[in-house]
Amino acid sequence: MNSAGVITSRRTLITGLASAGGLLLAGCSETEPPTYGKVLRMGDLLTYRAQRLLLPTRSLAKEYSRSDITSIPAIGTTDPADPRQWAYNERNGALYQRLRSAQFAGWRLRVEGSVARPGSYALSDLQHFPARTQITKHTCEEGWSAIAEWTGVPLRTVLEAAGIRPSARFVSFYAFDDAAESIDMLDALHPQTILAYGMNGGDLPIAHGAPLRLRVERQLGYKSLKFLHRIVVTDRFEDLGKLSEPRNGWAWYVGI
Amino acid sequence: MSRASSSQHTTSAGAGHSRWVRVTHWIVAASVLTLAVSGFTILMAHPRLYWGAVGNDLTPALLELPVSRNYRHGGWAVATQSFPDGGSAVSAVRTYGILNQDGWARSLHFLAAWFLVVTGAAYLLAGILTGHLRRDLVPRTGELTRQRLWNDLTSRLQRKIRAAAGGPPYGLVQKCTYCAVVFLGLPLMVITGMGMSPAITAAYPWLCGMFGGSQSARTIHFCVFALLLLFMVVHVVMVATSGFGRQMRAMTFGMPT
Repeated sequence: MNSAGVITSRRTLITGLASAGGLLLAGCSETEPPTYGKVLRMGDLLTYRAQRLLLPTRSLAKEYSRSDITSIPAIGTTDPADPRQWAYNERNGALYQRLRSAQFAGWRLRVEGSVARPGSYALSDLQHFPARTQITKHTCEEGWSAIAEWTGVPLRTVLEAAGIRPSARFVSFYAFDDAAESIDMLDALHPQTILAYGMNGGDLPIAHGAPLRLRVERQLGYKSLKFLHRIVVTDRFEDLGKLSEPRNGWAWYVGI
Repeated sequence: MSRASSSQHTTSAGAGHSRWVRVTHWIVAASVLTLAVSGFTILMAHPRLYWGAVGNDLTPALLELPVSRNYRHGGWAVATQSFPDGGSAVSAVRTYGILNQDGWARSLHFLAAWFLVVTGAAYLLAGILTGHLRRDLVPRTGELTRQRLWNDLTSRLQRKIRAAAGGPPYGLVQKCTYCAVVFLGLPLMVITGMGMSPAITAAYPWLCGMFGGSQSARTIHFCVFALLLLFMVVHVVMVATSGFGRQMRAMTFGMPT
């Protein structure tokens, strides 16, 4: 008697969970981050939705003072021109080598996609925008963290200079290694989301992403892509390069 | 409906576990096991623990755990000064390909955490509404004395008394342990977990501030995990020694036979 009751309630529970999942998937149009039909991605999407719904959107990550700055490891790609690095891209690696030998004088950041004025910016162009300096905590997904000072131009400033179209929903970033990232407009327009060209009072070192890296302070470190060369504003969520999260099995929204 | 209302009365002494206790018990058990496996996989990527706001391979560790080949791997290029004008902060390039399975492990961890949080909240709510927590788990007034606690513990260790056959009433040590897990251990895991989140702590800095920083929260997260693991081992041993099949049937199908 009782056991039958348990099975019934368990069936009900499973049915309930499945339909909750169905609702999540059904609500996932092409303009939303994908779930890839996997259970794990469904959990990521639930976390993304819940955090966007429940957390105040304008909250700022804690900023520290100069005396709080700590040592910081450099991991992942630490030199896009080095063929031994696992995310090495032959064509871009050679280009990076040439640009670096000229102190990035010929480097330009392309800004394109869903913007009124697509174009490209030299490092000096970006440095002419009003700068923002922030001393923040870098939280690596591996488990460690470090405090460093980052100087750069708010992404919002660059996007507004290019003219964001009202239909824009996401911003994609492409690097000199094979990595690519994207963030939603809420993170893109956040005041602490900057394109950093300086670190700890000096130029951004090669190992930390020279000449330009992204800082997304309310997400884990791997969203702060290094070695940028191209930004694309998109109306829809796009599956990026082979080293973007959807392909490499990491959460697009880190969920932490 | 009659089933649901009658189940409220089955929590009275000796009547076994009520249905909602059985269902939430197994969902929480499955969630905690999943969290343990995925959490340990995450830990293996960086088996160093710290105290304070930040910590990494270039700063001193509080504790280094020999749980993966990443333990003291030493694969670092020569460090360089972080500031042109000196200072103790340095940066170094990692030259070692670490073991890292954090992609699926973290997504699985948070998926299981959703099940734990939702089911745990439902359990606490039902526990309060049905009086299960007050009646069966929280020690009664005057029950909790050092002498009684000691007597219960020693007689249990000497196997003088048998563990309850499939449900309340629980012994004093049993009550205290369950209370520690329900009111302290699992909530602390959730709070320290959120204390590690850049998104959540940006909104609510006190979540990691109350522990002295997000690395402290991570260390506490690990220590409480170790205690919960100890609890699970003892729990299963107690179940096994007091009639494994009988206890499992009681927690799965209800009424002890």
